[in-house]
Order: sequence, then structure tokens, then C-alpha cells
Amino acid sequence: MTPAVIDDTTLLAVLAPFAAAVVAPALTRWFKHNAAWPLALVPALIFLHFTGFIGPVSEGETFVAAKAWAPSYGVNFSVYVDGLSTLFALLISGIGTLIILYAGGYLKGHVQQGRFFSFLFLFMGSMLGLVLGNNLISLFIFWELTSITSFLLIGFDNLRAASRRAALQALLVTGGGGLALLAAFILIISATGEIEMSVLLGSPDIIKDTGLYLPIFILVLGGAFTKSAQFPFHFWLPNAMEAPTPVSAYLHSATMVKAGVYLLMRMHPLLGDTVLWTTVLPLFGGVTLLVGTVLAVRQTDLKLMLAYTTVASLGLLVMLTGTSYEKALEGAVLYLLAHSLFKGGLFMIAGTIDHEAGTRDVTKLGGLRTAMPITFAAACLAALSMSGLPPFIGFIAKEVLYYGTWGWPGAGLAVTLVAVAGNALMLVIAAAVALKPFLGPKVETPKHAHEGPVLLIAGPVVLSLTGLVLAFMAHTTGLLFVGPALSSLTGEFKQIDLHLWPTSFNAPLILSIITVGLGIVLYTQLDRLRSLIASVLAAIGWGPDKGFDQVVRGIVGFSGRITRLVQTGNMQTYMTVIFVFTAIAVLLPGYLTGGLPEMPEMPEYRFYEWGILFIAVLGLIAVLVAKTRLTAIVSLGIQGFAVALIFMMFGAPDLSFTQFMVETLSVVILALVMTRLNLMPSDHRSTPAAILTGIIACAVGLGLTLTLLAITQQPFDTRLSDFFAQFSRSIAHGRNIVNVIIVDFRGFDTLGEIAVVVLAGLCVLALIRVRTKPDKTVEDSTTDAVQTQASEAR
Amino acid sequence: MRTIIFRTIAPFLTALMVLFSVFVLLRGHNEPGGGFIGGLIAASALAIFGIACGVASVRRAIYFHPMSVSAFGLFLGALAGVLSFFKGQAFMTSQWLIFDFFGVEIALSTPMVFDIGVYLVVVGAIGSIALALEEREID
Repeated sequence: MTPAVIDDTTLLAVLAPFAAAVVAPALTRWFKHNAAWPLALVPALIFLHFTGFIGPVSEGETFVAAKAWAPSYGVNFSVYVDGLSTLFALLISGIGTLIILYAGGYLKGHVQQGRFFSFLFLFMGSMLGLVLGNNLISLFIFWELTSITSFLLIGFDNLRAASRRAALQALLVTGGGGLALLAAFILIISATGEIEMSVLLGSPDIIKDTGLYLPIFILVLGGAFTKSAQFPFHFWLPNAMEAPTPVSAYLHSATMVKAGVYLLMRMHPLLGDTVLWTTVLPLFGGVTLLVGTVLAVRQTDLKLMLAYTTVASLGLLVMLTGTSYEKALEGAVLYLLAHSLFKGGLFMIAGTIDHEAGTRDVTKLGGLRTAMPITFAAACLAALSMSGLPPFIGFIAKEVLYYGTWGWPGAGLAVTLVAVAGNALMLVIAAAVALKPFLGPKVETPKHAHEGPVLLIAGPVVLSLTGLVLAFMAHTTGLLFVGPALSSLTGEFKQIDLHLWPTSFNAPLILSIITVGLGIVLYTQLDRLRSLIASVLAAIGWGPDKGFDQVVRGIVGFSGRITRLVQTGNMQTYMTVIFVFTAIAVLLPGYLTGGLPEMPEMPEYRFYEWGILFIAVLGLIAVLVAKTRLTAIVSLGIQGFAVALIFMMFGAPDLSFTQFMVETLSVVILALVMTRLNLMPSDHRSTPAAILTGIIACAVGLGLTLTLLAITQQPFDTRLSDFFAQFSRSIAHGRNIVNVIIVDFRGFDTLGEIAVVVLAGLCVLALIRVRTKPDKTVEDSTTDAVQTQASEAR
Repeated sequence: MRTIIFRTIAPFLTALMVLFSVFVLLRGHNEPGGGFIGGLIAASALAIFGIACGVASVRRAIYFHPMSVSAFGLFLGALAGVLSFFKGQAFMTSQWLIFDFFGVEIALSTPMVFDIGVYLVVVGAIGSIALALEEREID
């Protein structure tokens, strides 16, 4: 079905969070943490806007809207609304509303709270742009924007080295994957000639027919696996827990990390259901699921436990998407919805515990049920959903996904076993997070624990209850959310009939009972299990996280060696290299094209012209015979002034004017440099070295002279000068053609040049500020300065 | 360098040179001159003042850090180019405002604003280098 074109409100909905990001700091300055209330209206309104799509989309309709962005490249800012993007948009804006409120309570009194809100909104807008993105290039831009905003949010606590490292790691991993994605999109665009996702989806075999399926597949996976933290790229996600909890709950469980899964689901009609797809995805997904759950059991930090189960859940989603089997895909969509609700809630609960009790180490918590009853209730609801127990949405999701894996004609048994093992371990973690801090004897916590304020409680309570409500309205949930999203995955319209209670005693139910039983057994042995895994990990002793450090260190070391090779820090070497290559550049073409330019006829010079030439030559001789460097510099000025006079006589007053000023200033500045550097007053090079530099200097001079002669003997093309002479008065209202060229005709060049001047000024200033070693006379102290700078940088 | 004659004359010389540099800058569109040359003149004026009376007094006199002046010049230059957007024209299309001021024809234009930007960039960059070099006892 071709998508219907809608008005621009949806485009505005994507841009609204960016506007909110601008006003957030000011609002926070006025209302303090209560700014969360008005700010939360923005995502709430976006949520309302997208609820309007639920009805039509569930009937199989799709919508597009577009605004031209860079039309000459086919880049548009366009959105594509179908079941999948509606589901994601609702999750992003709905959970976003709660997160904004939660952030209001969590960072209450923080000096940078306004900035935090700002970053959250920037992320929200980017994420909306990503999941609604129709144009591949704008989708990519929003994809990278989510990486960048995630970097800002993880590194929010920028005074701690750990958060800086985590932020950089996340940026490098997800940003690097984003580049792979860009390559994939460019391949798709150039192979198919289409740039809009909706058009591509209209003909599902378009990519498979191009013959570029394999590279596109690998590159898309490169983007999706890094973003969705699939093994072996999973390590950045637990490290990202350095971010404040609202970020972990929002980005690193409910939304951003699902972008990879979203991409796989979105591209499923185009790339899915091939041997490659159904082999690679379940394999990586399954490994990620197992690795994630096992590592989660190892942790004692509430947030880290949740983070690793997030990795595991993402693995499960990739595994299910990888089956390309309709029932399993349905399970994936359901699980995605359920996971966003319970995991977002549990993260916020972990944050609330941390906020109120002062620690989130599960071994140091206990007996909080009386102090924090509402939080405890919300935790139980969310954990039951995560454990896959009735009557929660998590239960339905697990039933459906077992049904899918069990019935998958591919490697159904293996996938089912992995899913059962993973789910059992997730139950263990859910129980540990929801029960351990609250039950048992009261443990003294760093802070006197009490119930959090309404801003902190609202989020978890609403999310947990939503998980319950959606389960009780299973039929509606299936019809309005799961069915439409599944239609996007399969590429044909589906209607789903869900029910909360299993209709018969079948395989999924038995698998569920096994899962729960296994989970409970493992939970009783949690401490033993934890130490066992810890000792195994200690025996291995290496992980991708360490590997990341090794890779980064390797790259830095490698570029360091290259830099030391190219940048010796010795001024003399630099100058020699520059002038040798200048000589080659000016001499070689003349030599290759054959023949010297003809000697021009000597014109009749007047006596004062001879005089000026004489002065110039005199200046040069003075440079050569000068005893001290200072004299040599001033003598060089003589030659410069003589040249300026020549310009003056031959009708280039502007040039001459500038030459005068440049000469004056360079003599002044060089003299100042000389007095600053601890140089020996005179030149002490050995005779061979002096002769060598002399040869190089003569070669450059000869080359330039010959080039100039050759150029002046060519016929002069007067088109440009005629144009400037003709139009500088009539178009640009200026009689000084040189100036008109600089500021008007070629103004853009000048803009670039003045930017260079500013930068050069900054660089020189930085170089001057470098502390040189006192009382040390060296032959070439520029070397010294550069070395000092390098050692300080180290 | 700090002879009494030089120190007495330097402030006047500097003032004259700065005035002259502005003159050169403004007449640039029709006569020899322009932002670049004007900026160089003003920068050397600052350098002379610094040599004669010390860098501290120059910094006091110009109030802003010369690098900020330079950066502002770049900003001004870019801004002059953006104005044409409001008329739906390409970046840096020149805009002219010519009006009669008590019988004298005054021409205000974006190229002039741009040239002032160039002037400030050059004064700032060269001036800050010269001043930093003259400041021997930094740290």
C-alpha cells in the first residue's frame, strides 16, 4: 500500500524536543527542579500526537511527510509512520515524559540540571528522528546524533575519569558502527537509486537483487550490533552506567540501545529471510543473551546487574529477529514492548534506591520494604514482568517467543534452549533486584532511607502498572501495537490475537514452567553462582573491555610513532624539507616539459630603477655577510623595501603598501623572537652545512625565476582582468579593483583566509606560552620549544 | 628602547597610526587601502606602543584580549555574508545601502562590514603575537 502524505505536524513533533532543549536551561534557572513539570509537557504532547496514529496504523495504513533539506543531494527531512515507528515513537515520548519528571527529582539541586534536561531533549529529538526517519541520510544523521547525545549524557559527570572514559568508549563504538551504517546506506542508494525507506520497502527484493547484498548486510550489522551492544561489542553498555540513572533508564535500556534492533526490524523485509540472516543473527543474538545473563549474575551493583540483562535482552531480540519466523518475530515485538516498560522502571527504581539509601550495592542493602513501600511495590510489579510471570506483559511475551522458537523450522531446539537458559537467569536477576534490597533484616545504609518524592516515584509506578494494564488488555494490545509493528517486519498486513492466559497446555507453557523452576533453583544458589562465575572470569582474565583499551592504546602509540617520524621537532629539518621540495616542484616541470624559457630582452632602465635594484642586491649581500642574526634580519628588510618600491613604480600601490607593512612587521616580530629565544647571536654552522643550504637556496631562487620567466612568456589571458575592470565599478561600487576582489568578488576566499589568520594567531600564541627552559643556550631553540611542548603534552 | 623621547612620542604616534589605519580601512574600496593593510598598520601601532610603554598599558588601553578582537572580526566577516539570506540570495551576495546625509552620499555595504572584519582579524592576530612576544616575563 502506498503511504498517504500527511501535514507537517509530525515533522514538528520530531523537532519539538530540540526547541525544548533550548529553553530548558532558562526554565530550570527560574523554577529549579520543578521545571520538570512544564518540560514534561513537550514529550507528553508528542505522545498524544502519536496516539492519533494508533487507529489508522492498526488498519494497515502508513504515512509520510517530508521537507526538502539538501534537495540537490536528494536529502530530505522526512518521516515514515507505520506500525513499527509508531510503537517506537510512543515508547520514546511516553517513557521520555516520565524520565523528564524523574530527572527533575533525581538531579534536584544539581548546578547543571538545566544542561542535563537540555541533553535529554536533544537525545529525545534525535531518537524520534531516527525511528521515524524515512530518508536514509537523515536517518543516519539522527543515528549519529543519538551517539553524540549519549556521549554527552554518559560524560555528564565530567569531573570523573571513569565517566569520561565510558563516554568516549560509547562514542567510539557506536559512532564507529554508525560509519559502517553510512557506508551501507550509500551502497543501498547507489545500487538501487532510491533514498527513501518507504520506497525501498515498497519493493522488498530490491536489495537482494543488486548483488551487493553481502556487503550491505555486513555493514548494516556493523551499525546495529554496535548500537545494540551485541557480543563482542557489548562492553560499552555496562560502562555507560557511569551516567546518571535517568540516562541509564532512558537511553541504555528503553530507547537508544534498541535503535540497532529497530534498524534490523526495519530492514527485515529488505534484508531478512536469507540463509545468512537466519544464521548470523541468531548466533550473535544467542551468544549475547547467554554472555549478558551470566555476566549479570556476577554483578552486585544494581545498575550493572540491570545493564547486563539489558545486553542479554538485546541479544534475545536480535536472536528472535534473526529467525525470520513470523511467530518469533511477534515474540520479538512483544518482548521489545515489555522490556522497555519493565527495564525502564527497574532502572528508575535502582536509581531511587541509590538516591534515598546512598548505595546500590545489593550486598549492602536490605529491609527497605517498610521505608520505601511504594518503590517496593513498583519493583515487584516490574520484576514479575521481567521474570515472565502472569499476569504481566512479560509473561505474554515469553509465551509467544517460546511458541516462536519452538516452532521455528531452523535451529529451533538450540534457540529454545538458549532462550530458556537466558530467561531463567533473567528471573534470577529480577528477583535479586526487586527482593534483595527490600526483604530480609534491615541493613544500615549510608543515608537514612525513606520513600522518594513524587517525581522519583511517578516513573516506575506508571511503567510497572502499564505492564499490568497492557497484559489485561491483551487483545487490544495485540490489535493496536503488536500487529501493526509485526506488519512492518513482515511487509504484509497482520492482525494479532493475543490473550493473557494460555488457551491450552502446550509446549510454551511447559517451557515457561521449566524456566521458572530453573530460575528459582538458581536464585537460591545465587551467591555460590556469583563466586563461581567470578572465578571463571578471573581465570580468563581478558575481555573485550580490556581489548578496547589495548586497541586504543595501540592506535595512539602507532600515530605517536608516525608523528615522531614526520614531525622531528627540528626547525632546520623542516626548513630543509620544505625548500628542497619547493625546488623540486618549480624545477622539475620545466625540466620535464623541456627547454629553458628564453632570456627576455633587457629593457631600458632609468637611473632610479637601477638604484632600487642596487639597493635590493646590497640588502642581500648584507644578509650574507652579516655577523649576527639580528643584523641579517634587518638587512633582509632592506631587500623587502626595495621590492615594495618596485611594486610602487610599476602601478601596484596596494601591493606595495602591504609589502611595506609586512616587511616592517616581520622585521619587528623576528627581532622580538630573536630576543626571546636563547639563541647564540651568530650563526655557527659548519662550512659544508652552509654550502648545502646555499645550494638549496640557489636552486629555489633559480626555479622561481625560471618559472616566472616562463609564465610571463605565455600569452596573457585577459578575461578575468577585463571582467574585474569592467564590473568592479558597476556591480561592486568600488574603484579599487584589488579591494573589490578581496572583499566582494572573491570574498568567500578571504573569509577562509581570515579564519586561517585567526587560527594561526591562536597557534602562535600557544607556542609562545610554552615555557622554555631557562638559562640554556642552544643552537636552535625552536627545537627546544617544540620538545618542551611535547614533553608537557605527555 | 625605553628612551624618554621614544616614550613621550609613542602614544601620539600610536594614536596617529590607529587613526590612519581606520582612514586606510574606510577608503579601501575606492583608493589604495583596505582592511588588511589597515589592520597591519594598527598592529604595528600596538607593537610600538608596547615596546615604548610596556605591554600592560597596551592591554589596558585596548581592554579586550586581542585574540577576542580577532575572533570577533571573523564573526563579523561571516555575519556580513549571512545578511543576504534574508533576501533569499546566495551567501556573501553584497548588500548596499546608499543614502544622502546632509548632501553627502553615504554608502553602507556588507563588503565594508566584511572589510572591517578583516581589519579586526589582522589587528587582533598580529597584535596578540607581537604583544605576547614583547611580554618577556610571562609565566
